[in-house]
Amino acid sequence: MAQPIKKPANVFAPWADPNAVPLIQFKNVTKRYGTFTAIDDQTIDIYEREFFALLGPSGCGKTTMMRMLAGFETPTEGTITIGGKDMADVPPNKRAVNMMFQSYALFPHLSVWDNIAFGLKREANMDKERLNARVEEMLRLTRLEQFAKRKPHQISGGQRQRVALARSLAKAPKLLLLDEPLGALDKKLREETQFELMDIQEKTGTTFVIVTHDQEEAMTVASRVAVMDHGKIIQVDTPPRIYEAPGSVYVADFIGDVNLIKGTIRKTGPEAYQIQYADNVPPIEVTECAREFSDGDKVTFAIRPEKLLVSETAPQDRANAMEGKIIDIGYLGNISTYHVELPNGQMIKAAMTNATRIDRRSFTWDDTVWVSFRSSAGVVLPE
Amino acid sequence: MRRLSWFNATSLTLGFAFLYLPMVILVVYSFNESRLVTVWAGFSTKWYGELLRNEAFLDAAWVTLRVAVVSSTLATILGTAAAYVLIRAGRFPGRTLFSGMMYAPLVMPDVILGLSLLLLFIAIGLDRGMVTIILAHTTFCMAYVAVVVSSRLATFDQSLEEAALDLGCSPWDAFRSVTLPIIAPAVVSGWLLGFTLSLDDLVIASFASGPSSTTLPIKIFSAVRLGVSPEINALSSILIGMVTIGVITFSISSKRSITRRQREENQAN
Repeated sequence: MAQPIKKPANVFAPWADPNAVPLIQFKNVTKRYGTFTAIDDQTIDIYEREFFALLGPSGCGKTTMMRMLAGFETPTEGTITIGGKDMADVPPNKRAVNMMFQSYALFPHLSVWDNIAFGLKREANMDKERLNARVEEMLRLTRLEQFAKRKPHQISGGQRQRVALARSLAKAPKLLLLDEPLGALDKKLREETQFELMDIQEKTGTTFVIVTHDQEEAMTVASRVAVMDHGKIIQVDTPPRIYEAPGSVYVADFIGDVNLIKGTIRKTGPEAYQIQYADNVPPIEVTECAREFSDGDKVTFAIRPEKLLVSETAPQDRANAMEGKIIDIGYLGNISTYHVELPNGQMIKAAMTNATRIDRRSFTWDDTVWVSFRSSAGVVLPE
Repeated sequence: MRRLSWFNATSLTLGFAFLYLPMVILVVYSFNESRLVTVWAGFSTKWYGELLRNEAFLDAAWVTLRVAVVSSTLATILGTAAAYVLIRAGRFPGRTLFSGMMYAPLVMPDVILGLSLLLLFIAIGLDRGMVTIILAHTTFCMAYVAVVVSSRLATFDQSLEEAALDLGCSPWDAFRSVTLPIIAPAVVSGWLLGFTLSLDDLVIASFASGPSSTTLPIKIFSAVRLGVSPEINALSSILIGMVTIGVITFSISSKRSITRRQREENQAN
């Protein structure tokens, strides 16, 4: 799993290319407020045209990272470069960086048109014609043509969100920062807007850095996700790898649902291990394990609920099968989640697609079932 | 409409009578034909005419008006700047002290303020006249402006200014093109408040004025000591009218700006 990503020619993955030059570099950046350390010695590269997500719970430092990029905060230690240039002494108004604010921060005394034109009017050698053309283009891009003359309080939340986006894109920044851009929208509109954002990002070719606490949002829009906690970046990876190959228990637990089984590991072959998680049960067989462990190491085995199969009898084609009792069933329509208790008391969550009608299901509460999975389905993490 | 109970009606009448009866009498007697203030001899506007021919009063009125305009304008600039720094500059050493000191003139007795200003003017050898009155009025009006403007700035969404900076504004440009237009109603209210306060101030002006320039309140005060004349009544009526207009404009404009701000911010955020 740790082998370099094989990069097909048409896939966008500059981080896997050793010759690629990053657009943004954080080098050993630390930010302290008094005695509180918001960002703790972080180094990270972000490439051009990336849609980069900073994901973490509130107070993890993600907003501070973004505000340092915008120039509203300066690092206590370390340097931030954008396009190779040290940003230490560059004020916000001199940076080719624009930001879309969480509250949108639309100017209430200006019309939609003037809000979008605001930044352009302050550009040197911007003539009237080019300005008009650019504003019209932005209105078209965000489908706001018929609202150009309205004031921000005369349009809906979704439209205000698009005005904020148009205003921050108008100056064609090298880098666009989005601070929880969809937080104020309801679920349905948020999902639509996520795809719109990706579409606009692709069309304009701008580098986007988004701050969010919503893991689904980060997974949907981002080319890479940085999971943060307590001022540190825990893992930076593509959404599938963050989900399928979390590097730590924290990341596995933070992103999506996961079963965590603690045990002791023993090597059985190249990239193959056995994990003993309880007495008097067969160990978990693991293959394709990229990490090296020594015999006797305490580890956590992480496996996603949807990788598990629940059945009446132990299937022959799966390396691992655990016997247990169904304690609870959550019916969600498209899927059902089974809470199965193993003999050692460990609770396992399994998600199964409801491929057949619910009344055809052959097991129910208190039935003894087998929970099975392939040897490569889970991840072994150091404890 | 609900009828007032006799108790409420009585207290309302008493309260308003207490407040406004003296002023009503003053305004009524300003239209008195007779020179004797206390004897009603029929309706006339002749004292208003007399007033227009009284050079001394007109001079004083002109001085008062100029002082009020200049000092309330200066106070608005300084007060807005002070409020902006106190609200926006974040925590700096002595911030609490500064904000406390900013509001001190509001509760300081006028006599003390006037006296201290007088001592200062003498100490620096500034001849008392219109300039000193303007300086004195700017000093105490500024505190009122700062209070009005800072209460507006406290509820001002700071990300609006950051957005302006982010879009390429210098800090001054951001203040001029985003902050100022949005807080303008509060700034105008502050100016009107300062104007009204300067217009009817007697105590501080009497400390700061010299023989060369006298404001209207001082003029009235000294004239009354020689006996109340119907002319003074006419002048006072005009002043009451002006202050009333000022106060009403102030309260309407601040009420309007508050409702509009709430509407806009609720919907715009």
